[in-house]
Amino acid sequence: MVDPRTTIINERLKRISRIIAVSSGKGGVGKSLVATALALTLSRSGCKVGLFDLDFTSPSTHLILGVKDAQPKEDKGIIPPVVNSLTYMSLIYYSHDQAAPLRGIDTSNALIELLAVTQWGELDFLIIDMPPGIGDAVLDLIRLVKRIEFLIVTTPSLLAFETVRKQVALLQSLKVPIIGIVENMKMTNAANVQDETAKLGLKFLAEIPYDAKVEEAIGDETKLLGTVLAKKIKQLVASNAL
Amino acid sequence: MHEWALAEAVIAAAQQIAEEEKLKEVREVTIKVGELQGVEKDILQFALSQLKPANFKNANFHITRAKTTLKCRACGNTWLFNEKKLGKDTVEAIHFVPEVAHTYIKCPKCGSPDFEITEGRGIWLESIKGVR
Repeated sequence: MVDPRTTIINERLKRISRIIAVSSGKGGVGKSLVATALALTLSRSGCKVGLFDLDFTSPSTHLILGVKDAQPKEDKGIIPPVVNSLTYMSLIYYSHDQAAPLRGIDTSNALIELLAVTQWGELDFLIIDMPPGIGDAVLDLIRLVKRIEFLIVTTPSLLAFETVRKQVALLQSLKVPIIGIVENMKMTNAANVQDETAKLGLKFLAEIPYDAKVEEAIGDETKLLGTVLAKKIKQLVASNAL
Repeated sequence: MHEWALAEAVIAAAQQIAEEEKLKEVREVTIKVGELQGVEKDILQFALSQLKPANFKNANFHITRAKTTLKCRACGNTWLFNEKKLGKDTVEAIHFVPEVAHTYIKCPKCGSPDFEITEGRGIWLESIKGVR
């Protein structure tokens, strides 16, 4: 007995230039906001961009984007709709904003199913909003997606950075490329995350101050792109550090 | 035509096995489809016939259906999936991603959504036969 779905995954992704998993060790560090702002910024800079919400049990990018009635089309697979210029995929098309209580095996199966049947077409970037930690989604992407790269988001908190350290150790031991670390919700001038990132041999990509206006921008692309968070992401994209 | 994407996966996997087994020609491929995903057998059969490569020219695709068995992790109850108890939209959602069954189906005995799909989830390549 063979699961045929895994064989087709890299074929489905072959017309995507770069696949970036926006990840974190802990939840609540602003990973979904960074992923969404990154996807929108890349798109505004003229790239063809997809956004895939892989945080199946706690999806939130649809709320950040203000997705309303969009639904995928069915044509030799699933064709995600274009939302705010992004080719956008999420489990919410099927769970319809109700709870999706999934154990590890179910998360893996849903992830494999969507990777096997989603027809992304040609993209410059596919940004993946990951669930926090180093569980099934991270392990499956490393196992199944040949060209996966990670961008890690943390806060200045020691608690968040300690989980990042473990995630980095895992990725480095498996020789998975890490683009670098983004420090979000910064409230002081402390440089500890920057120093620790250097010790890990990684690129410190951006520091984003805590921005209370982000909450007001949820569901509104224009407001979101006007936040300090989005401006910092724009600087990151312009710097060619990705 | 979501089945088309699954048929492509079946052909790719069968081709990979044929290469590993050094089969010059594939004659028979047996596929199991679980009731939960509700794959349309005729559409899958048609897609497979359209997609088959040269070394599958004389291959027959046998598609068998498997009942879906669900087992509650909370109370241990086992029951069979029955799509007739669900609405059309729900059946369609489960067709695309069978795991969303956990959103819509509850254990009929204790009401928990924490169940295991023990058999008959989606598509499986059961066997492949050919000549070396």
